[in-house]
Amino acid sequence: MLGYILRRVAGFAPVLFVIVSLSFFMMHLAPGGPFDQERALPDQVRANIEARYHLDEPLWRQYLRYLGDVARGDLGPSFRYPDRSVNELLSLGFPVSLTLGLCALGVALALGGAAGILAGLRRNAFVDYLTMSFALFGVSVPNFVLGPILMLVFALGLGWLPVAGWGSWRHLILPSVTLGTFYAAYVARLTRAGMLEVIGQDFIRTARAKGLREATVILRHALPGAILPVVTYLGPASAAVLTGSVVVETIFSIPGIGRYFVGSALNRDYTMVLGTAVFYSVLLLVFNLIVDVLYAYLDPRVQVR
Amino acid sequence: MRHRAPNGERREGQAAPRDPQSAIGNRQSVMSGASPWHDALRRLRRNRLAMLGLLILVGFVLSAVLAPWIAPFPFDRTNLQYGAKPPTRTHLLGTDELGRDLFTRILYGARISFAVGILATLVSLSIGVTYGSVAGSKGGRVDHLMMRVVDILYGLPFMFFVIILMVIFGRNILNLFVALGAVQWLTMARIVRGQVLVLKTREFVLSAQAVGASPARLLVRHVLPNALGPIVVYTTLTVPAVMLEEAFLSFLGLGVQPPMASWGSLASEGAAAMETYPWLILFPGLALTATLLSLNFLGDGLRDALDPQITSRR
Repeated sequence: MLGYILRRVAGFAPVLFVIVSLSFFMMHLAPGGPFDQERALPDQVRANIEARYHLDEPLWRQYLRYLGDVARGDLGPSFRYPDRSVNELLSLGFPVSLTLGLCALGVALALGGAAGILAGLRRNAFVDYLTMSFALFGVSVPNFVLGPILMLVFALGLGWLPVAGWGSWRHLILPSVTLGTFYAAYVARLTRAGMLEVIGQDFIRTARAKGLREATVILRHALPGAILPVVTYLGPASAAVLTGSVVVETIFSIPGIGRYFVGSALNRDYTMVLGTAVFYSVLLLVFNLIVDVLYAYLDPRVQVR
Repeated sequence: MRHRAPNGERREGQAAPRDPQSAIGNRQSVMSGASPWHDALRRLRRNRLAMLGLLILVGFVLSAVLAPWIAPFPFDRTNLQYGAKPPTRTHLLGTDELGRDLFTRILYGARISFAVGILATLVSLSIGVTYGSVAGSKGGRVDHLMMRVVDILYGLPFMFFVIILMVIFGRNILNLFVALGAVQWLTMARIVRGQVLVLKTREFVLSAQAVGASPARLLVRHVLPNALGPIVVYTTLTVPAVMLEEAFLSFLGLGVQPPMASWGSLASEGAAAMETYPWLILFPGLALTATLLSLNFLGDGLRDALDPQITSRR
């Protein structure tokens, strides 16, 4: 297992190399730079700025410099916030985004898992139809519609929760629900399908025949097999939660990475955009590895090579 | 936002008829003279939700196409003195801050949203089918390498790259199609590859090969037509995904630019003003939700109709 993990980690290097190179050249081949403004800068000022960020060097020198910096974990200075480095900005925003992302995934797994189990156990009963209708509705409401509506109802209308911002746990509820609903709906469908597949199998009958309590049969015997598809889904889901948090952070004015990212994309802050993409790629590679290891742990039939 | 991913994984291994019952069912239908497509259509017709979805979609698409004739006002006519008002008899869905009729704006927004949905899906369809069938028919090391690339791409935050693409190449609609299509082909490639792998060892393909058909002909004439079912199903499911992504980008201001409007940018304007004018977020949101819901109904219905081997997950 350890060998497998090490080999996977070693495999990250070429992937990251490709990502960094691709985004670097894409960014630099683009017309227009971060310092193009309505009013042309005096030549001397412009030259000084370019010299400071090494933009006056030939492209290949800039590329090698950037590669070297990234390899050392330095993502460079931000163009938009001149006194901050990209690393500083990311370390400011990341704990916020991580908290939000984990809460959203938590909402998705708890709500979706519970709904899926219930629906799977009572197939074609009222509960089944009800939860699955909600699930279908959940995958069809975009988060940028759900967010404002939740805000309108629970914050502005009823006044139960704060409208926007960041600070206490109460600030977390609306954004997590907004971000998590889609995945909850999807997890519910996956869990239900998994439950239906497992529940008819022999080992469940055996467990019941042994006289185990129904709760034990469901939670200890059926569930681990039933949630395998959900575990597979966790990888893509976490990627999507990161993306989705861009919108949710914008709606609820949450100071996470996503909000910086949109701002820097609109302002052509190259280093910040590049840095965020690289950072998230690393994060997802690691997360996918964890998911694969978890999968092997849950399903003994999977051989990790 | 590749939320359909597990579909692809489930499908890959399941291309061969696993349960003998359905294989027998198919043979019977052949003997009775009905083509599999005929059969599928009959199953689809019986699915009430799918037919409801289809009906709603046809309605939306028709009104989008006919927007210039049925819209009560020009889509960019402002009336600053009138301002934002809730729904009235002349303005069925109310007006925005510039006094523009929301019903008209939603009709025109539908044109953009559907156009992006359909065209970006076509882009992703062509990339995915080509990539998947090359991997599947080459097999061996080439296949292994190509699928590793897909695996790696699966794990990347793709919307970030779309955003980068939009920033670099400018925020116009054409780039939007290409950028969205370029990131949506992964699951399609997996599905097609799985189908090709299974189909290429079947007798009818081998016999075509034996009489000297070229690899390209084998693929286009014999293999792909038999993989059409899963391809159609996944295509229907790609459309809502792409429409959602377009709306997402437009919401952030990175998609469709004013004075044009898609449902996403309408929702974005609505969200900004929702405290005072809640109908501005409500109606575009409803239109988008109804469309996505209908597309999902239809997609699920098609899957049940075309892929009897795969148990419904709804």
